[in-house]
Amino acid sequence: MADLLKDPMVLREIIMDHYEYPRHHALTNGHGYLRAHMASESCIDDIQVEAKIEDGIVRDVNFEGVACTISTASTSIMTELVRDKTVEEAREIMKNYFAMINGDPYDEDLLEEAVAFAGVSKQANRIKCATIGWHGLEKLLAESEKKDD
Amino acid sequence: MLQGITMNGKPLVYLDNGATTFKPQPVIDAVNYFYNNINSNIHRGDYEIAFKADQAYDHCRKTVAEFINCDEREVVFTYGATSALNTVAYGYARKNLKEGDVILLTRAEHASNALPWFRVAEETGAKIEYIELTPTGKMTLWNLRKAIHEGVRIVAIAAVTNVLGVKTPVREICRMAHKVGAVVMVDGAQSVPHTRTDVKDMDCDFLAFSGHKMCGPGGTGILYGKYELLEKMDPMLLGGGANARFDSKQNVILKEAPIMFEAGTPNIEGVLGLDAAIQYLMKLGMDNIESHEQELRDYLFAELAKLDNVTVYNPDGDSAIAAINVKGVFSQDAACYLASQGVAVRSGNHCAKMLVDVIGTNDTIRCSMYFYNDKADVDALIRALRTCTLENCVGVFF
Ligand SMILES: Cc1ncc(COP(=O)(O)O)c(C=O)c1O
Repeated sequence: MADLLKDPMVLREIIMDHYEYPRHHALTNGHGYLRAHMASESCIDDIQVEAKIEDGIVRDVNFEGVACTISTASTSIMTELVRDKTVEEAREIMKNYFAMINGDPYDEDLLEEAVAFAGVSKQANRIKCATIGWHGLEKLLAESEKKDD
Repeated sequence: MLQGITMNGKPLVYLDNGATTFKPQPVIDAVNYFYNNINSNIHRGDYEIAFKADQAYDHCRKTVAEFINCDEREVVFTYGATSALNTVAYGYARKNLKEGDVILLTRAEHASNALPWFRVAEETGAKIEYIELTPTGKMTLWNLRKAIHEGVRIVAIAAVTNVLGVKTPVREICRMAHKVGAVVMVDGAQSVPHTRTDVKDMDCDFLAFSGHKMCGPGGTGILYGKYELLEKMDPMLLGGGANARFDSKQNVILKEAPIMFEAGTPNIEGVLGLDAAIQYLMKLGMDNIESHEQELRDYLFAELAKLDNVTVYNPDGDSAIAAINVKGVFSQDAACYLASQGVAVRSGNHCAKMLVDVIGTNDTIRCSMYFYNDKADVDALIRALRTCTLENCVGVFF
């Protein structure tokens, strides 16, 4: 797996697969879910993220919206990565993801398929796309902690 | 103008002229001349360079008047089309409209020719109505006739729309609007740079356009208004340069139009550059520019029609502006891929967020050309579009 994730062809396939068949791509609008509506300043991407966070664990994350390959695929991968993690673990993944997008050192093992977006750090104009869904989740995590207080 | 500029290691093919244009050397020289030789503020030419700056600034008013066929007194310098449109919405419409009056727009308008009117409507109780457009964004005289009625006080309309490049029948609009006593605000941001403009012939009441979309510096624009209307307007900004006298009892006497609308130190160097830009365009000849662009338009649409992976939303568009999408590829992904091939285009909704009601899609790729583009640029675009697959778009990141 680790080696496969170094092959650009494979990484490209991962992005395309998550774009064409996004995971968890329907909001439940269910009880106990927090929701964030994220509209990118690039004025195209328009994504909604919802999460159910219970007892400090991310039980469910879904998203919906009109968006480019990068924002759709990065959000789709995110919904898989943070599912069933503790809020703390999710934050750690998020921290490493943002580090990668900014071109800083990061822990590959934590990011799994999300390493496909490492190249975005070289395309400054697409950083917003690669982080829009993640920023949505960041908001929801913060909101859930406020509620717990 | 674009000689020697590269993007991603390829010669730049600049097809985003609807957003802004490159500047010819005389324009850059004019701005530099101001900084290097006559840097000073205007309106108080007590010393030589200030006097020269004053003269140069005023000269541009003459140039604009010649360019659009009006009187110098009818030329107001603004910061762009947006501030010109807001000046009329604030200074004329807000003052003269009342509850139930109608402001007539189209759904193809740019935010700058929609939002100021929305606010006027909110503040005065006036209503916004729309002239219906065909699915490719055209205005038929029939739909125009249906939309105009006695309640209409203002018609605000782009002479050329910014996403579909559609020419609207402004003369007919003015004629019909005037019959019911309405005033016509023409948004010329996408028309004035590309075609001969004659405000007398058109008989519009107001015209707004931007300098930077016609080879001029950023932060420059023009509001033309019939003088008797300008005289009746409130300035949006108050301050230095635009008042004749005021005292501590709050007695204020404003200067006359157009100076009344130019409070604060203007973009003097920009205005000098705009003068050079307009002279440059007049020397090329607006008719020559238009016929060159018509030729490009025909070639562009003919070549696009040959691509089966591309949807064209305005195959009957009137300008060298194409609104397209690559099938199965999100507009922004496609635009980034085109950029990797050296082709600069714009993706998104282009500030025309109501247009989705007309063409049924929220976002497109807009390719917009100017006189310095040629058929080789179209060829480069077509080549890049041909290879614009989802794989290649994602491939940009590896
Ligand atoms: C039709 C139209 N109107 C108004 C504007 C606003 O021009 P500016 O941003 O220069 O004020 C634009 C430019 O984006 C436009 O295309």
